[in-house]
Amino acid sequence: MTAAGSPQGVAARSRRTVQLERRLDVPRWLPYLATLGAVAFALLVSAMILAAVGGDPIRSYLHIVDSAFGDIGVISDTMVKATPLILTGLACALAFRMRLWNIGAEGQLLMGAWGASAVVLVPLLPPGAPALVVIPAMTLAGFAAGALWGFIPGLLKARLAMNEIIATLMLNYVAALWIAFWVFGPWSEGGFQLTAQFPREAWLPRLTDLAAQVPALGGLTVHLGLAFALVAAVALWFILRRSRWGYEIRLTGDSPPAARYAGIDIARNTIAIFMISGGLAGLAGMAEVSGVVHRLQQAISPGYGFTAIIVAYIARFNPLGVIVAAILFGALILAGREIQPAGVPGMIQGIVLFSLIASEVVLRYRIRLVRG
Amino acid sequence: MDFVTIMAAGVATGTIYLFAAVGEIFAERSGVLNLGVTGMMLMGAVGGFATVVATGDPWLGLLVGMAAGGLLSLLHAVVTIHFQADQVVSGLALTFVGTGLARVLGEGLSKAGATSLLPKLTVPILSDIPIVGPIFLRDQSVLVYAGYLLVPAAWYWIHRTRPGLNLRAVGEYPAAADAMGVNVYRLRYLYVFMGGLLSGLAGAAITLAIQPGWFGDLTVGGRGWIAIGLVIFAQWDPLRAAVGGYLFGAIDRFLLDVQGPENFFGIRNPVYYDHTLTFFLGMLPFVLVIVVLVVGSREAVRKRIGAPAALGVPYIRGERGA
Amino acid sequence: MTSDGSTAPLAIELRGIVKRFPGVVANDGVDFDLRPGEVHALLGENGAGKSTLMNIVAGLYRPDEGEMRVDGRPVRFRSPRDAIAAGLGMIHQHFALVPSQTVTENVLLGLDRPRFLLGLAKHDEEMAALAAGLGLKVDPRAKVWQLSVGEQQRVEVLKMLYRGAHVLIMDEPTAVLAPQEVEELFRTLRAMTASGRSIVFISHKLAEVLAIADRITVMRRGRVTASGIAAAGTSKGDLARLMVGREVLGSVERTMFRPGAVVLSMRDVHAENDKGLPALRGVSLDVRAGEILGIAGVAGNGQSELAQVVTGLRPFLGRIEIAGDVAERRSARDAIRRGVAHVPEDRTGVGSAPNLSITDNLIMKAYREAPIAHGWVIDVSAARRMAESLKDEYSIAAPSIDTLARLLSGGNLQRLILAREIESKPSLLVAVQPTRGLDVGAIEAVHRLLMARREAGAATILISEDLDEILGLSDRVAVIYEGLILGTFDVAEADVQELGLLMTGGTGGLPLEVAPILPGVPGA
Repeated sequence: MTAAGSPQGVAARSRRTVQLERRLDVPRWLPYLATLGAVAFALLVSAMILAAVGGDPIRSYLHIVDSAFGDIGVISDTMVKATPLILTGLACALAFRMRLWNIGAEGQLLMGAWGASAVVLVPLLPPGAPALVVIPAMTLAGFAAGALWGFIPGLLKARLAMNEIIATLMLNYVAALWIAFWVFGPWSEGGFQLTAQFPREAWLPRLTDLAAQVPALGGLTVHLGLAFALVAAVALWFILRRSRWGYEIRLTGDSPPAARYAGIDIARNTIAIFMISGGLAGLAGMAEVSGVVHRLQQAISPGYGFTAIIVAYIARFNPLGVIVAAILFGALILAGREIQPAGVPGMIQGIVLFSLIASEVVLRYRIRLVRG
Repeated sequence: MDFVTIMAAGVATGTIYLFAAVGEIFAERSGVLNLGVTGMMLMGAVGGFATVVATGDPWLGLLVGMAAGGLLSLLHAVVTIHFQADQVVSGLALTFVGTGLARVLGEGLSKAGATSLLPKLTVPILSDIPIVGPIFLRDQSVLVYAGYLLVPAAWYWIHRTRPGLNLRAVGEYPAAADAMGVNVYRLRYLYVFMGGLLSGLAGAAITLAIQPGWFGDLTVGGRGWIAIGLVIFAQWDPLRAAVGGYLFGAIDRFLLDVQGPENFFGIRNPVYYDHTLTFFLGMLPFVLVIVVLVVGSREAVRKRIGAPAALGVPYIRGERGA
Repeated sequence: MTSDGSTAPLAIELRGIVKRFPGVVANDGVDFDLRPGEVHALLGENGAGKSTLMNIVAGLYRPDEGEMRVDGRPVRFRSPRDAIAAGLGMIHQHFALVPSQTVTENVLLGLDRPRFLLGLAKHDEEMAALAAGLGLKVDPRAKVWQLSVGEQQRVEVLKMLYRGAHVLIMDEPTAVLAPQEVEELFRTLRAMTASGRSIVFISHKLAEVLAIADRITVMRRGRVTASGIAAAGTSKGDLARLMVGREVLGSVERTMFRPGAVVLSMRDVHAENDKGLPALRGVSLDVRAGEILGIAGVAGNGQSELAQVVTGLRPFLGRIEIAGDVAERRSARDAIRRGVAHVPEDRTGVGSAPNLSITDNLIMKAYREAPIAHGWVIDVSAARRMAESLKDEYSIAAPSIDTLARLLSGGNLQRLILAREIESKPSLLVAVQPTRGLDVGAIEAVHRLLMARREAGAATILISEDLDEILGLSDRVAVIYEGLILGTFDVAEADVQELGLLMTGGTGGLPLEVAPILPGVPGA
C-alpha cells in the first residue's frame, strides 16, 4: 500500500492476498474437524500410493470395511484385534499426556506376555489350579511385568534425566530377545519356536465358550480382555478428568516448570505414570497369550505397541477416544494382512500420523484474506 | 576372535553408524530433532540395492540411496519447520513411512543374487603399520575411507567456518541469528536434508558395501536408533560420534565371533554350548546404549555442555522468551 | 525535509506507518523522524507500540501501510539484513546474542565477510582493538553467558558499530542497569552523537528520557500524542499526561509501618545458580508481618535465586525459617504448606500453564484440599465457583473461566496469578518483577494489591529492577550485590545515590561529584 504522491505512482488496483495469522481462540469443533480432515487426507494419499504400486485402492478399502465389519463374526475378530490396541493405546495416551514419550509399549506388551506365561510355564502356580486363581494371577503377573519394564525407563528419566525415547526403544529390542530366549530355549515345545499350549484354565473366557448355552455366540472369539480394556479406558478417563492426580498429570504435561512451582513431585509422577503405562501394555500382552494364541511365541504382536502411538494421537490422548481409534485400527490390521504389498499398512499408519500432526497447524493459525 | 579382525570389521560396520550419526548431528545442531533415521536408512538401503540389482552400477545405487534418504527427510522438514509440528512425533511418523515404503519397494529383492559392490581399497605401505594399518587401511570399502574424511571435515565445518557459525547460532538461539539476518528456516531445511542424505548413505553403505543383500527391516535393524543414541553420547561432536560408531561396530562383530570358539583361555564358552544364550549377547548393544547415555549425561551435567539449546523447539519469529 | 530548515536529510523518516497484529493495531498511522546527531526518545508505556515501530525500522516486521526513508531515500526492508546494510542497528530488550558463543563469534554472526574460514584469533584482536577505541571494556574470547548484563549490552553496541551503524535504536536499555551504569551508558551515547551518529532511545521512564533526549516523541495505544517535542522545557507531568492521558498517581497511599512478628528469617544462606556458580554467598535477612521488604539490585546478582530458595524451588545451605518452622531442605510443596506465596518472574513459563483454562490455573495451589478436593477427587463445580468469584473480584478480563491462559494479556495473567496466590492467604508473599511489561493501569492494580496484603498483615518480599517501584512500595530496602546483602535501610532514610552505589558494589568507580540522574523522590 503506498501513500498518495509516492514515487510508486498511481495507486494500483488493490489485490487480495492470503495471509496466515495466529489464532486468538480455538472453536470447540475445530480439533475434531482437523482430525477427520487429516485422516481423510491420509486415506486419499494412501489410495494414490496403492494405485501407484499396482493395487486397487477402492477395492482394498471396501475389502477392509467388509472384512472388518461385514458380519457379526468379523466384528468379533475386529474387537479381538482392537483389545490390545485399546490397552496399548491407553498406555501411550496416558504417558503422552504428561509428555513422556513411551515408545516402548511394544516391549512392555511382550514382557507382560512373558510374565503371564511364566505363571503357567515355570510354573508359578501348581498345575490343575482352577481358572479363578490362574486368570487373576496371570493378569497380575502380566501387569507387573509390563510395569517393571516401564519402571526402568521411568527411573532413568526421573533420576538421571535420560532421554526416554531411546531408553524405551532399546528395551523393546531387549524384550524381544528375552522372549526369543525362552521360546527357543527352556520353554520350547518339541524344538519348535513356541511353547506348549496353555491348559484350559489359563485361557481367558471367550464368548464362544458359551456356545453350548447360547448357540448364536458360537465362533465369536472376543474374550474377557476386551472388558479389561473398556474398564481401563473409563477408569483412566475419570482419573484424568476428575482426580487430583489427573490434574497433576495434565499440568505437568502442559508446563513442567509450572508443575514444579505448584509443588508437584515430577519425578515421582514420572515413575508412576511409566509403571502404569507399562502395566497397561503388559495387560495387552497377557490378553494376547491368554485370550488369543494360548501360548507364548515370538510373533505375538504385529506392532501393536507402535500402532498404539497413532491410536493415542488420533484420540488426542482422550481415553474414550482411544476406544474408537483402536477399533478403527483393529479393522485395518485385520484386513490389512491381505493387502499387497506387505508394507502398505505400515506406510498408511505413518501417513496418517503425519497428516495428524500437520493438521494441528490449523489450530494455531487461520487464513485471512487481506486487501492490498 | 582376534583383536585386529574384530576392530577392522568394527571400523567397517561402524562407518554405518558414523554416517547416520553425523547426519543427525547436523540436523540437531540446527535445532531439528529427526528421529526418522531408521526410515531414512532403510530407504537408502533399498534404494541403493534396487538400483544395483536393476543396473549393476553400485555408484549409481549410492546416489539413489542418498537421494532417497534426503527426499524422505524433506517430509519431516516441511512438517516440523513450516507446520511447526512436534518434532518427536514427526520423526516417529517418518520412521513408519520410511519403513513401510522400504518394505513395499523391497518386495522380491531378497531373492536377488549376488550384486556388484563398491570397491575396496588397501593403502600401500601405510597398511603395514602394526595394528593401526590392518585395522583402518587394509581392504576396507571406499565408503570407510569416505568416513575418515567426513569426520574431520564435519568438525571443521561446524567449528571453524562461517556456515558452521550460522549453524550453531540457529540451533542455540535462533532469535539472535534471525535478528542478524541469518535465514533460520532455510538453514534448518538444508541441514535436515543433509542429515537425510547421510542417513541414506548409511543405509546404502549396508547394502552396497558392508552387508550386501536385502532382508527387509532387518537390513537396518536397531542401528538407526543406536545412531540417534550415539549422537547424544557424542555430545553433538563428529569426532566422538566416530569413536562411538567404531566401538559399536566392533561390538557387533565381537558378538558374532564370540559364539565360535569352544574355550576362552581354558574356560568353557557357554555360548558355544548353548546357542540360545546368543539372545542375551544380542541384547548387549542395546543395553550398552542405555549405559553409555547414562554415563554421558552425567558427564554433560558436570561439564555443563549439552544439547543445542533450541533443539526440538519450532522457531516462530516474533515469539521471544519472557 | 527537516523542520528546522537545515539541509541535511533526516536520518530516518516514517510516514503513516500502520501495523496490525491479530486483535490489535500496534501502530495506527504513526509519523516519526530522526535528525542526524540527535538523541530522540520514543516514550510510552508498555504496549504503546514503540517496540513494534522500531522493529519495523530494524527490518523485523513489514508495515501494513506507510513509507520509510533513510537519509532521504525511500527504503523497503525485507529482513534485518537490509536494515543493517542501510546503517540501522537495533539493540533489543532481549539481546540478540547467542549465549554459548564468544563475543567475537557473536559480532561476526550474519556478516558477509569473512566468507568461509573464520580466523577467530585474528578477529579476537580486532574486536579488542575496536572496543578499546570506543571506550568499551569487553573480552572478545569470553562466552556471552559468562558476561554480566551490562557487558552484554556493550557487546550489542560493539556489534552494531562494527557493522558501521550510524543509527542506533536502543529498546529499554536501562531496564537492567544500576544508576551508575545508566550514567555510563549516557556518556557513551553522547560520545556517539558527537561523532555524528543518531540514537533512538525507547523507554517508559520519564526521568531518564528527560535526562538524555534532545527531542521526545510520545506514543499511546499505537498513536503519536506528541511528535518530536524538544526535551528542554518539558516537564514530567506533561510527559505523563501525554503517555497515559491522565494524571499519573504519584506514590500509592500507605499507612503507618507497624511491623509484626518475624515471618521469614534467613541466616547465612548459600545457593548455586543453574550454571553451578555461587549465586547466594551468605544471605541473611528478616521479614516481618505487615511489611514490604524491597530487594534492590541489578539483574543477575542473586535475586532470582533468593526468591527460589525461599519458595522451595532451589536447594540451599544455611537456615531458612518460615513462621517459626526451621528447615534445611525445602521443597516447593513444603513452602506452599507453610503459607508462602510466589508471584514468579516468568508469568507464562512458570506462573501459569498456557494451555490450561483459567479455572485450572486458579486451582494450582488449592487443588489438594477442600473445598476444591474431596479425597482424591476434584470437585469440578467448586473449582468453577471459585474461578468465577476470583475472576470478578480481581477483574480478570477474559471471555470465560474456560479461556486458555495463553490468550490472556500480560496484565490479566498477572491478575490471575496474584488472585491465586493471595487467595491462599499466605503469611509470606514473594513477588518477583511483578510489574514488568505491564501497562500503567495494570501496574497500579498490582501495587494496590500488594499494599492491601500489607494492610492485612502479610509479609512481602518485593524483588524488582525498578528502583522507583521499590522505593515507592517498600518499608525497608535491602541491596543485593553478587549474592550478598550489602545493606538494609528504612525507605524514609534511604538515599537513592547511596543505594545506587551499593547496587554496583560499593564504589562504582565513579567520582562523587557525578550529578544524580534520578530524583530523590520516589514515584513516577
